[in-house]
Formats: sequence, C-alpha cells, structure tokens
Amino acid sequence: MSATSVNLARDIRATALKMVYEANASHIGGAFSMADLLAVLYDNVLKIDPAIPKDEARDRFLLSKGHACTSLYAVLGLKGFFDLKDLDTYTKNGSSFLSHTSHKVPGVELSTGSLGHALSVSCGLALAAKRKGRSFRTFCLLSDGELDEGSNWEAILFAQQYKLDNLVAIVDYNKIQSFGDVEEVIGLSPLDKKFESFNWNVIEADGHDHADIEKAFSKAASAKGKPSVVIAHTVKGKGVDYMEHKLLWHYKSPSKEQYEEALKQLSK
Amino acid sequence: MRTAFIQQLIEEARKNEKIFLITGDLGFSVLEPFANEFPDRFLNAGVAEQNMTGLAAGLAMEGYTVFTYSIANFPTLRPMEQIRYDVAYHNLNVKVVAVGGGYAYASLGASHHATEELGMIRTIPNMVVCAPGDPAEARAITTALTKHKGPAYIRLGKAGEPKVHTSLDSIRVGEAICVRKGQRTAVLTTGAMLMYAFEHKENKEKNYSLYSFPFVKPIDSATLRDIAKTHSNIITLEEHQRSAGFGSAVLECLHDLQESGEIDTIPNVKRIAIPDQFVSVAGTQEYLRSLSGLNM
Repeated sequence: MSATSVNLARDIRATALKMVYEANASHIGGAFSMADLLAVLYDNVLKIDPAIPKDEARDRFLLSKGHACTSLYAVLGLKGFFDLKDLDTYTKNGSSFLSHTSHKVPGVELSTGSLGHALSVSCGLALAAKRKGRSFRTFCLLSDGELDEGSNWEAILFAQQYKLDNLVAIVDYNKIQSFGDVEEVIGLSPLDKKFESFNWNVIEADGHDHADIEKAFSKAASAKGKPSVVIAHTVKGKGVDYMEHKLLWHYKSPSKEQYEEALKQLSK
Repeated sequence: MRTAFIQQLIEEARKNEKIFLITGDLGFSVLEPFANEFPDRFLNAGVAEQNMTGLAAGLAMEGYTVFTYSIANFPTLRPMEQIRYDVAYHNLNVKVVAVGGGYAYASLGASHHATEELGMIRTIPNMVVCAPGDPAEARAITTALTKHKGPAYIRLGKAGEPKVHTSLDSIRVGEAICVRKGQRTAVLTTGAMLMYAFEHKENKEKNYSLYSFPFVKPIDSATLRDIAKTHSNIITLEEHQRSAGFGSAVLECLHDLQESGEIDTIPNVKRIAIPDQFVSVAGTQEYLRSLSGLNM
C-alpha cells in the first residue's frame, strides 16, 4: 500500500467536497465512493504524464459515471494537469469545469454525463490499440446503477468477442443508485457471476483498501485473452460518517456546518 | 447506390490506411470485398448499434476515419444519443451510413422506413447530412467525406438505381448540382427522388429547372440564392416527413437569404414530402411513395 495514494485520496475528497460545497452542487456521495479507486489509479497504475496529456503512449482513463466528475477533476488538478486554482471556476459562467465530466478539461479523454456511453468508446480505444500494435491500456470506471443501461451489455459482449485484454472496466459498486438501493431498483446480484458468464476476467476488491485495489489492477494486467472487470465494493459517501450509505448524498450539498465537520473528518 | 458506395470506399481505403468500416451485422454479399481486402480495418459489431457507434467514436479518437454501416433506421435512430454525444459533440471522424433510405425497404414495414432521420440528425451541431441522388453522387460523396474532417451522415438508396449524371468527377461538401436549366420553376430534390423528378414527363415538357441537393446540411445557399433570383417557383421533393427535412432546410435558407438582403423576395415554395404519417401497408417503394403523395 502506498502512503502517497492514501494522502491523494484524502486530498481528492477534500477538493471535491470544496467544489460541491461552493457550487451548491450534487453527487458528492458517488464522488467519494470512487475516490480511493482514482487515487490508486493516478498514483501508481496509469501510465500518464501530466506534461504530455495527449501522449500517444499514455494509458486512457474514461469516467463513465460523469456525474461524479468532482473527484476526477480533483485528481487531475492534484496531479498537475492544470492549476488547482482553476477548480474555483467549477460550474461558474464560462468555465470548462461542468458538473458532468468535460473533455475540454486537460486530462479528460471523454465527456460523459449520459450513462452507458464510455464503455463502448473504451472498446474502440482498446481495439485501436490492438489493431495498431500499441501497448497502452484503457480503463473505464462505471457506476453500478448505470449497468441498467443496455448499451453497457452490448459493450460487455463485444469486449470478450474481440479479446480486449487491454481493457479494464471498474465498477464502483456502492449499491445505491438514484432512487434507492440497487437491489430494490434493478438488482445486479450476483454481479461477479454475470461478468463471468459473459467471459470476463472478474476480480473483486475492497474499493477503499488501497493494497487490495492495487492487487486487483495487478491481476487485471496479467489477464490474457479476455477483458477484466474490477468489481470494487465501495460505500457511497465514504469518508464522512453522516454521508456514508446515504442516498440523500446523491443530491444534497452540505451546509456550512456539515462542510466544516466533513473537512474535520477527512483531515484525520 | 450501396454498390457504388462500397466500391468507392475500397478505392479510398487503398489510398488511405485510416479508413475503417464497421457493420451492424448487415451488408451480406455487399461488404465482403472490403472485409477481405482490409481485414484489419473491418469489423462486425453485431446487432448492437449503440455499441457500434460508441466503438466508432473510440476508434476515431485514435485516428481512424470510421464508417458505420447498417440499414435505414438501425445506425441512425437506435444510437441517436451516441451520434449526438459521443460522435458529434467530440467532433469525431465518424461517418454514419444508412442503406435503404426513405421507403426503400417498403414492404418490410415502418420499422425499416427511414423517413425522419434527415431532420433529426440535421439539428445536431457538427453533423454533415447528405442523401445522394444516384450512384455517381454516392461515389463522389464517399470520396468527399473521406477527406472531410468531422462527423457525417449519408443516406443511401438500396441497389440498382439508374445513373442520372453521366459524369460527376467530384463534389464539395455542401455542393448542389444543376441537372437541367429551365425557366420559372425549379425542382429541387434530395436523395433517391432525383430519378423520379428527372424522368417526370411534365417537368421536361414545361421546361422546369432541376437541381439535386445531395447535402441537406450544409445546404448550398449560394446556389439557392441564384435559383431564387432566377425562378418564381420552387418545388422541393424528398422521401422524408414534411417536418424538419430537406424542404424545411430550403425554406429556412431562403428566409435567411432574404433577411440578410441577398434576395429581395422568396419564390413560391411547394414542398412535396410525407404528410406527417406512417405507412402501414405493404407494397413497392413506388406504391408507398404514391400513398404519401410523393408525386408532382
């Protein structure tokens, strides 16, 4: 486990929280549930260079759950893709920092916001790498709720047919979607068996344990002949006790008192 | 038209190694020559048009010029959001190709009629929208679009359409073609209605002008301006709903030309298009056209 990734995760959460608080925006719960995944990816998994954001050899990372963009913007800013101060413009008039992931932001590969899009595009990137003999890998982070979208299952079928072992899907499985618990809306369980039956290499991980996340990505890297999915078991709102497991934080922006309390908890 | 398209695409692919063709599991006995000659730049995405279009966006992000191919409604209506958001918003080099525009697949029913898509796609920023009128236009447009940077939609007919143009070496994106110069009335067609207007006896007898507008967007406003200045009547003809299609694009353009002072008056415009209806009976393409009043 890397100490830097743990610090990075803390800074991602604090940065995302500030953005959401100041903009009176939503989706902090889903931004927090994937913060540790982003921290490990950007700390020591993705081959990327913030100085050359369009380097042809870079690994591609696509955030399919575009509504959780604050954590992605935060990690990109913290890694130096742009000045962290730029994040102060989040949702303000004329800013590129939209409240759904925008490709106008340095380091972002694809604009997302409508769910069920990025995995197909990721298949295109991974296929291009295969056809051109390039060694970069493509990572696509999805929410659990968006697996309701049929387009994802078209892509899941496609990726195994074309043996895209340079593609890693990551499911931020926080078990809560827009209007309730995943199992009560459109149940996904058993999600591992579903991916296995679609001929994917399935790896489960504790999505908040950095050592476990690292191990999962390392297993994905050694898979041959089939795409990998990391099913990351996470907690919506992870890191702030009054947000954890609460659907409310899909929508709500913290009050001043809540903001200060959350910052206190995150700095521990 | 589809044969002309694929033959031309093969010729272009021999010169341009970025050209990539994806089919949605259709094109049996049509696409094989491309697949055989360029196996690394061809794939069958299966019956999954949303994924096919997102996939095309991804390939285009990596430098390919990607053509997605299927029948009428499938590569257009089904993945409309992927066209808008993945392809057009990111301004990617993806060309959506539909065979069997309008009522070409007549007896297959409303599911297979592409009669709204020109209007739908026309409203999406960055998209070029075209419907060639004959095989010669299909060839020239295929070449033009392989060179055009950005997304496009091409509505083809089916197969076996006769040639209207004896020669057409090239076409610019957005260019209309004067087929016949006449007087007073100009008939403007898009897509496969060109042959109908070309052969129409009354058109010839009355010495109408005939123009093919294979590009619905961008529309050739310079040619429209010249037509408006030299004709008192315009008839538009399309195999598409009356709303938002080619006739609508012509009216919008004429209005803008008048507003900007480029023309003084707008000629009388008669739009021949499908009168906001589905056709739910069997028959030939000609029969369905007549049911929808697509005649002069």
